[in-house]
Amino acid sequence: MAWPLIKLLPAKTNFRFVAFSKIAAIISVVAVIGSMALTLIPFEGPCGGLNCGVDFKGGTVLEMNLGGKSVDLAKLRGALTGDEGLHDVQVQGVGENNTAAMIRFETPEGGNPAQKVEEIKTHLSGQFEGAQYTRTEVVGPKVSGELLTGGVVALFMAIGLMMVYIWFRFEWQFGLGAAIGLLHDVILTFGLFALFDLEFTLTAVAAILTIIGYSMNDTVVVFDRLRENLRKYKKLPLGDVIDLSINETLSRTIITGVTAIMALLGLAILGGEALFSFSVALMFGIIIGTYSSIYVAAPVILIWGVNRNDADAEIVDMGGFKGKR
Amino acid sequence: MMEFSRWKIWMVIIATVFGIFYSLPNFLPQDMRETMARYYLPSQVLNLGLDLQGGSYLLLEVDTDALAREKTANLTEDVRSTLRQKSINFSGLAATSEAVNVRITDAAQFETALTELQRLPQPLPKNPSIRDINVVRGDNQTISLKFTPDGRRADAASAVDTSIEIVRRRVDSLGTKEPTILRQGANRIVVQAPGESDPEQLKRVIGQTAKLTFQMVDETISPADAQAGRVPPGSELLISENPGEPYLVVKKRVLVSGDNLTSASVGTDQYNRPAIDFRFDGQGARKFGDATAQNIGKRFAIILDGKIVSAPTIQSAITGGSGQITGTFSTQEASELVNVLKGGALPAPLKVEEQKTVGAELGADSVAKGQFSTLIAFISVVIFMILAYGFLFGGISVAALLVNLTLLVAGMSVTQATLTLPGIAGLILTLAMAVDANVLIYERMRDEAAAGRSVIGALDAGFSRAIETILDANITTLGAALIMFAFGAGPVRGFAWTLSLGVITSVFSAVFVTQILLVWWYRSARPKKLPI
Repeated sequence: MAWPLIKLLPAKTNFRFVAFSKIAAIISVVAVIGSMALTLIPFEGPCGGLNCGVDFKGGTVLEMNLGGKSVDLAKLRGALTGDEGLHDVQVQGVGENNTAAMIRFETPEGGNPAQKVEEIKTHLSGQFEGAQYTRTEVVGPKVSGELLTGGVVALFMAIGLMMVYIWFRFEWQFGLGAAIGLLHDVILTFGLFALFDLEFTLTAVAAILTIIGYSMNDTVVVFDRLRENLRKYKKLPLGDVIDLSINETLSRTIITGVTAIMALLGLAILGGEALFSFSVALMFGIIIGTYSSIYVAAPVILIWGVNRNDADAEIVDMGGFKGKR
Repeated sequence: MMEFSRWKIWMVIIATVFGIFYSLPNFLPQDMRETMARYYLPSQVLNLGLDLQGGSYLLLEVDTDALAREKTANLTEDVRSTLRQKSINFSGLAATSEAVNVRITDAAQFETALTELQRLPQPLPKNPSIRDINVVRGDNQTISLKFTPDGRRADAASAVDTSIEIVRRRVDSLGTKEPTILRQGANRIVVQAPGESDPEQLKRVIGQTAKLTFQMVDETISPADAQAGRVPPGSELLISENPGEPYLVVKKRVLVSGDNLTSASVGTDQYNRPAIDFRFDGQGARKFGDATAQNIGKRFAIILDGKIVSAPTIQSAITGGSGQITGTFSTQEASELVNVLKGGALPAPLKVEEQKTVGAELGADSVAKGQFSTLIAFISVVIFMILAYGFLFGGISVAALLVNLTLLVAGMSVTQATLTLPGIAGLILTLAMAVDANVLIYERMRDEAAAGRSVIGALDAGFSRAIETILDANITTLGAALIMFAFGAGPVRGFAWTLSLGVITSVFSAVFVTQILLVWWYRSARPKKLPI
C-alpha cells in the first residue's frame, strides 16, 4: 500500500465534467424548483413550508423537568389546554422515559407576554410538584418579524457582496456564475430544511451563511485555476479548459471536503440535539457547494463565454518565480 | 519562498508565544487564575454565551407610547390648573394623541389665556431653539397645544437613556454577577445575566416602573358612584391593594413624587409587619409638609405604579420629611421595593419583548458535548492529514493547526468574544478550513513536481501560486462572516466572530508556519524528491 495515502490519488485525472453538464443542469433545475415548492407551499405565514422556530415565528418554548422523574405528558397537555388564552399548544417528551418535556405555544397577545408566561409556569408548578424550568424562550411577534427580515437581508447581502468581489477579482461572468451557484446552494438547503422538517432558526441562518462561505471558497479555488489556465492555453476550447481546471483541483476538493465532513460528523453524532440539524445542514451544504462549483458555477461561464483576448490575459504567468532564489 | 527575512520567523515565534500565554488561563483552575490576575498576568478565559453557561437574556422595549400618553395627561392637568389659577373660564378641555385643545369661553380673556399657556412649553435640553410644544391659536376661541416631533423624539431618547441607567442600578442591587446591559436600536434594552441568577426575580425587579406618588383622596364622591362613571374632572378612580376598600377616587394632582426621595429602607410598622421607611429631600419635605398642614383630617393616597398601596388619614402636619409606607408586604417584597425605589422610577413602562433563559445544568451539558466534539474533530483531522500526507507534510499541517487553535483561543479570550453553541461548530469548521490552506499548498506542489520541476522549484512555485488562491478564498469567507456579524442577532453574531477570527488565524498559521517549517525541512534534509 502506498504511503502516504495521497499517492493513491492520481496526480492527473481526465474526467469529462463538462460533458455531463446538460444532465446536471436538468437535475439542478428540478432540485431547485422542488426545493422552492417545498419551502414556499403552503403560501401562508412568514415561513411557508419551513418549520420555523420561535426566533422567526414568535412564540414561547418552555422546557420542564421534574428533577429526574418522568413527566406525564397527557396530564401536562390537559393542564395547558384548560388554560384559556393559549393557542397552538404542543407538548413533546424529551429524553428516555420523558424525563423532560418541551412545551411550545403561541406567545400570548397583550401588553406583557412574559408576564403571562410566568403565570403559566406558576399554574404548572401547582400541578406538577418540583417542576423546574431549564429553558424559557419568549419571542414577541414584533421581534420575530425583525429577526426574519434581518436574516433574509443578510443572506442576500452575502451573495451580492461575493458576486461583486469575484467580479472585481476575475470577470463579470465569473461573478455571475458564482452568484448563481450560491443561490442554488441556498435554495437547496432551504429545501433540505423543509423536506426533513428540521427546525429553522437563527442558527440555521448561520448554517446557510457558512455554506455560502464554503461554497464560495470552493468556487474560488476552481475559478482561480480556470483563470490561470485560460492564460496558459489560449487555443484550447473553453470547455476543455474548464475540464482541465476542475481535474487539476479535484484532489484538493476531495481532501478538503472529506476533512470538513469528518470534523462535522463528530459534531452531528455527539453534539446533542441542539447542534444536530445545524451540523447536518453544514454537511449537506459542503456536498452541495462542491457540486455547484463544478456543475453550476463553471457551466454558467461556458454559456456566457469569456473574452480571452483581454489585455489582462496577455500577461503569461508561468507561476512561482516571484521570490528570490 | 526559500529566502525569508528573519522578522517572519520572529513574528511567528512571538505570535505563538503570545497565543500560548493568552490561551493558557483557559486550562488553569480558577484559584490559579486569580493569582495570575494579581500579578497582571493574563487571566481572561473564553466568554461563554448564555446557551453554554446558563443565564437569562431579556429584550426590553421602552413603551414610548405610554410615555407620550402620560405627557399628554400631564399637559392637560397643567392647562387646567394654569387657567383656573388665573380664573379664566374654559370649556371643552380635551386631549388627542397629538395635542391638547381648550376653548376659552370669554372672548375678552382669550389673549390673557394665550399668554399664560405660552409659558408651558419648555426648550429641548439638547437644542434650546426648539420647544417641545407649539401653542397654536385656533378657530372659535380655541387654543391648541401641539407636541412637536422633535420634542417627542427627545423625550423618547432621554427616556431610553434614563431607563438604561435605572435598569443597571436595579440589576446591580440584586448582586447579579457580571450583567451586560446594552442599548439596542432606538428604544430597546438588552439585559444579559449569566450564571444561576434567578430570572424571575430579575424580570420582576426590572419590570416594575416604581412610579411612587402621593396624591389626595377625593372624598367628594364615593367610590361606588365613581365606578358608575361619574368621576369629576381632575380626579381618577384607582385600584387599591387594601381588600377592605378595593377602589378609591384620588385627585390627579401629585403632591410629591418618588423623584424627591433621598433614602428608603425596610422597617417595621406598629404591628411589626415589614414596612418601608423613606426620607424626602428638602424640596419634597417642604411640599409634603405644606400639603399635610393644609389637609389635616383628610386622607392622602400613596400610589405605586397606578395602585394605591395605602391611604392614611393625616393626623398632623408632617414636616420632618420622613415617613413610612405600610401595606401588605412580605419581607422580600419590601426589600425588593426598597431597592427599586432607591434606583429611581422608570420614565416609562418596559415591555419584555423577548426572553431566553437557559438553566446552568443544560449549559454545562452543552459545554461538555461541545468540548468532546471539538476534541474528536481535531483528532480525526490530525489522523486524516497524517494518513494522507505522511508524518512529515501531515505533521507540518498539524503543527500549523495547533498554532492556529492556540491563536484562535487566545484571540477569543482577549477580545472576550462570546462563544456560543453554534460558535463551537464554527470552531470545528475552522479546523477543516485551516487544513484546506495546507491542502491547497501541497496539491499545488504535487502539480508542479508532476510538471517536472525540481523539489525546490515545486516548493517555491507551489507555495507562491497557492497563496493567491488561499487569500481569494479566505477573503470571501471573511466577507460572509462580516455580513453575519453586521446583520445577525445573538447566537449568529458569536458564530460570525469565531469564524472571522478563525479565518485570520488560519491564514496566518498556514502561510507563515507552514512556510517556515517547509524551509527548515528543505535546508536540513536537502531532498531529491517530494515525499508526497
